[in-house]
Amino acid sequence: MVEISKKYAVQMRGITKSFGTFKVLDDVELDVKKGTIHAILGENGAGKSTLMNILYGLYSSDSGEIYLNGKLQFLKNTAVAIKSGIGMVHQHFMLVDKFTVIQNIVLGNETTGRFGIIKTRESREKVKEIIDRYGLNVDLNRKVRDLSVGQQQRVEILKALYRGADLLILDEPTAVLTPMEIEDLIRIMGSLVADGKTIIIITHKLKEIKKSAQECTIIRRGKFIDRVKVEDETEKTLAKKMVGREIKLKVDKTPFNPGEEVFSIKNLHVRCCRGIETVKGLSLSIRRGEILGLAGIEGNGQKELIEALLCARHVDSGEIRINGEEIQNTSPGNVLKCGVSAIHADRHKYGIVLDFSVAENAILEKYRDKPYCERGFLNYKERDKFTNKLISEYDIRPKDCKDLLIRELSGGNQQKLVIGREIANEPELLIAVQPTRGLDVGAIEYVHKTLINLRDKNKAILLISLELDEIMDLSDTIAVMYDGAINGVFKSGEADENDIGFLMAGGQENEQCC
Amino acid sequence: MSNAVNILKKPFIATVISVILGFLVSLFVLSAAGYDPFKSMAVMISSIFSRPKFITNVIIKSTPLILTGLSAAFAFRTGLFNIGAEGQYIIATVVSTLVGLVFNFHPVVQIPLVIISGVIAGALLGGFTGFLKAKFGIHEVITSIMLNWIALYTCNYAANLEAFHKPESNGTYPINKSGISMLLYDWKFSEQGRAFLKDNSLLNDIILKTDLNLNFLIAVAMAIIIWIIVYKTKIGFEMRAVGFNHHAAMNAGIRVNRNIVYSMLIAGALSGLAGALTISGTSNNAIQVLSVFENNGFNGLAVALIARSSAIGCIFAGLIFSGLIYAGQSLQFKIGVPSEIINIMIGVVVFFVALTKMFPAIVEKFFMRRSENVK
Amino acid sequence: MLNSILFAITITLMYSAPLVFAALGGVISEKSGVTNIGIEGMMSIGAFVGASVGYYTGNAWSGLICAGLSGGVLALLHAIASVTFQADQTVSGIAINLIGSGLSMFLSRLFFNGATTTLPVPQKLPKIFGFLGEKYDFINCINLDITVLLSLLAVMFTWFVMYKTKWGLRIRALGEHPAAVDSVGVSVYRARYICVILSGILAGIGGASVTLAIISQFTPTAISGQGFIALAAVIFGKWKPMGAYCACLFFGFAQALVIMLGGGNNAIPTDILAMLPYVMTIIVLMLFVGRSSAPKAAGKPYKKGSR
Repeated sequence: MVEISKKYAVQMRGITKSFGTFKVLDDVELDVKKGTIHAILGENGAGKSTLMNILYGLYSSDSGEIYLNGKLQFLKNTAVAIKSGIGMVHQHFMLVDKFTVIQNIVLGNETTGRFGIIKTRESREKVKEIIDRYGLNVDLNRKVRDLSVGQQQRVEILKALYRGADLLILDEPTAVLTPMEIEDLIRIMGSLVADGKTIIIITHKLKEIKKSAQECTIIRRGKFIDRVKVEDETEKTLAKKMVGREIKLKVDKTPFNPGEEVFSIKNLHVRCCRGIETVKGLSLSIRRGEILGLAGIEGNGQKELIEALLCARHVDSGEIRINGEEIQNTSPGNVLKCGVSAIHADRHKYGIVLDFSVAENAILEKYRDKPYCERGFLNYKERDKFTNKLISEYDIRPKDCKDLLIRELSGGNQQKLVIGREIANEPELLIAVQPTRGLDVGAIEYVHKTLINLRDKNKAILLISLELDEIMDLSDTIAVMYDGAINGVFKSGEADENDIGFLMAGGQENEQCC
Repeated sequence: MSNAVNILKKPFIATVISVILGFLVSLFVLSAAGYDPFKSMAVMISSIFSRPKFITNVIIKSTPLILTGLSAAFAFRTGLFNIGAEGQYIIATVVSTLVGLVFNFHPVVQIPLVIISGVIAGALLGGFTGFLKAKFGIHEVITSIMLNWIALYTCNYAANLEAFHKPESNGTYPINKSGISMLLYDWKFSEQGRAFLKDNSLLNDIILKTDLNLNFLIAVAMAIIIWIIVYKTKIGFEMRAVGFNHHAAMNAGIRVNRNIVYSMLIAGALSGLAGALTISGTSNNAIQVLSVFENNGFNGLAVALIARSSAIGCIFAGLIFSGLIYAGQSLQFKIGVPSEIINIMIGVVVFFVALTKMFPAIVEKFFMRRSENVK
Repeated sequence: MLNSILFAITITLMYSAPLVFAALGGVISEKSGVTNIGIEGMMSIGAFVGASVGYYTGNAWSGLICAGLSGGVLALLHAIASVTFQADQTVSGIAINLIGSGLSMFLSRLFFNGATTTLPVPQKLPKIFGFLGEKYDFINCINLDITVLLSLLAVMFTWFVMYKTKWGLRIRALGEHPAAVDSVGVSVYRARYICVILSGILAGIGGASVTLAIISQFTPTAISGQGFIALAAVIFGKWKPMGAYCACLFFGFAQALVIMLGGGNNAIPTDILAMLPYVMTIIVLMLFVGRSSAPKAAGKPYKKGSR
């Protein structure tokens, strides 16, 4: 164990934290050298975010000590943590989207005149100075909801720096950024460190650790595993430490062998809820036995596109065909009937009913059909039979969960039920939107395998994901969505990450990347 | 400790605890106001249970509460807040009364006609609320508040119509006798009936001194039907799915808007049934000019909350509620305790019902602290 | 003609004043992310406390202040349930309504010999031009209750705080994204407590401005639905202080129409006329359906550490 010393910006010792009976962190330690980028690596649910929330004063640990610059500190709440020079950029941004950038930055730390009246001039100058120093360009007068995700992240960083943060915690900062934005972020982190700041990044992405961090602490299931120098490790050795066993970084796939076209979109135009057109003449087609990956940065019309495909949103013009039949502007029920099923990114909102039992969720799309419903009455026996079949087929745990509320299941098991339910519909087309969001490595492998099996059964799959790696690994064909339309289509292997990233950011295909 | 926590998680136990806490707080309020809480307790109990008449009256008066409670509970299940039960109840009393006054068929036709017309009126008002929400996105609480007032003034207008207004009274004539559904209505006031009942004090108490009717049985039957609809049928499944998560329901092909309208139609029909049965089955059999809301519908909300939206629970919550209101009147009459103590008591019970989700957590915390101290 | 226009304006302002206070309370509470359906109950207790303190002390102003305090105390209950215990805010609000109206009548019977009506206060709240006496006809015409002026000042003050000061910025952020406020080191719980209690104080004052300015005593019908109308005004006014004020004026104006059209031997029956404000509201809502601008987090309990 490292001695407590002034050379370290943060040292945590014996941190333990339980939620109810579940021990999230068990005697974890952390040592972060001043002026470095330190990565915390671990799977989803390993406890990395909890550890950082404790450092930021959002949670209090059950036991353990925190030293800042060699001095024991009691960070009883965020206000104290902020005062001690800690800033945090959460994975889900803490921004009020109706407010302007400057309002978000000063919130809670306003410069005021008499009667608490907010004076923005001084704060503006201070913010501009920070912007210039680190190259964090963003328009202070725009509303946050009009910014791209990358820009919103900058606002979060500005917020922390404005409060005088010397130690910056970034929670999964690259999860939703384009390769170019990631480069940008790494550059910004570099200039911050050069200025004497210390940065902790929480991540499960090995590539970025290799690219940016000097040291890395690995956490598995709430336990401290190791602290390593990044230059001494490879992606493979890091992965092994993270998961505790050898894992395949690549997905096994049978050769691509497409059939005829089953699904097509032609010149689709859709407006978002604020009346602005966000899908602008999008066209796309998918064949049997094909996984088409739709890459793109959040906010380029994906949300509206998905809603339009499922008839949850009005289509202004254009057509959507499944097996030749037009389905746009019908009803979600009709879409289902025509053989389109969907797995949603936000399953709690769109996929399942948390207050329903597992069995009720299993028949959520089948309840109206025989044999689950006869003459208006539900047949519980058939329902339970079907549920048990899904439970055993998809290895949903615990085994006897059919009458439990689904909210009591883990995220991975919930997702397994959703996937099982959708595949049981025997869809012609499966739309999978970020199907592995929030899942741990084991569950991710399982979901990927299931999708590929479905493809091998000659079904069509539309995979929409903000994570480029997932798209690159699974897809037979990759289409890039930018500003409401398709900005380029490749066969798998035809283009590398940089080419696609270039198109995701709005570059033109024939322009060569500089 | 974990046992205690688990028991507290049971809704029934939590509700019982809320009721007991409500009682305790009210007794505290009474003693703070200078009344003898134990005497008040004794008076309340005796005023409910000491005579068959009292018990019968409590049961009869619970009917509208159970039905408006069911109405609110059913709407809650679909994620809707039916604060409009009040107006639906009122409009049903108005329509039932007018129909009962205008037509005069044989009771076999007349009684169902009176009741069903009220049910339809309530259903339409509820359905209109649902329609405005589904079509225009207007929050059902606002529409309901407005419609409650419109119903109230409609009632006052109808009660003052020259054709129906009973002179030197505050309301209309009673509906035609053929529409009255009180049991043995003619017989019990006849000489023969009176003579018979005189010799039998129990029956005299139950039959002559009350508005004995079958409404309670109808309410119980409705509770069972609603329970079946909610848990056993396709429609109930859809409505619950919409209530819990309308996004997921929509993606599963459930028509959210249609379900909102249906749900409000049914909720309105239940409140309407409460009003219609009151007109047909309890005395006066007429509407009065209302200067304020009589709270038949608003109390239904409290009933539904105490019952935690369980249909069967509404029966018991309705009975408790009705018993308390009845006892409250005796309290005032016998020992001068303001009857409003009952409103306070019910309010406190509902308040604790709101907190029940936290009971297990509070107990857990308490025990944890204790065990830490032991260490 | 001029007189009847002035009369209409006077009535409009008179009826809207109590609503304005209550609706402002609603705006503040909802902006901070706590739905307050219990406004009606808080108005009731304010109406009673205002009238009875006014009666016993002989001073209407002390009545008004105590009314505000009593509303605040009831709101404290709501805050404990909905902020500390993360209870369902609608359920708690309904409980507050039951307790508020029950308690005000209970206390009335206790202090006024078993009557649900209090004795009239010796002196109502003053009129704006009360100091001029009643010499001038014209002044009598526009001599409004002081509560009208106070309510307007309250609206302007709330608007100022909400949109110009740091507290306002924080309150607005609370209703949209409480976690964001928490993450910058501002206590969500404390701020919500303050807002809910403020809303109770305003509702209490609203209640008292019925019993101390419009009428001079508490009666069981003094507060009958104004709290709910105020709630409607909050939504109608798009959760903005000025918007809510205009909505309250609209309700007041409808009320004035009822009184003016109802006078004399008009063909329209009073009861039908009385429906006018409510029918108008529904129609207006149908015509101006807009994107809901409710604070995103309103009604959702905030739990530290959850997203």
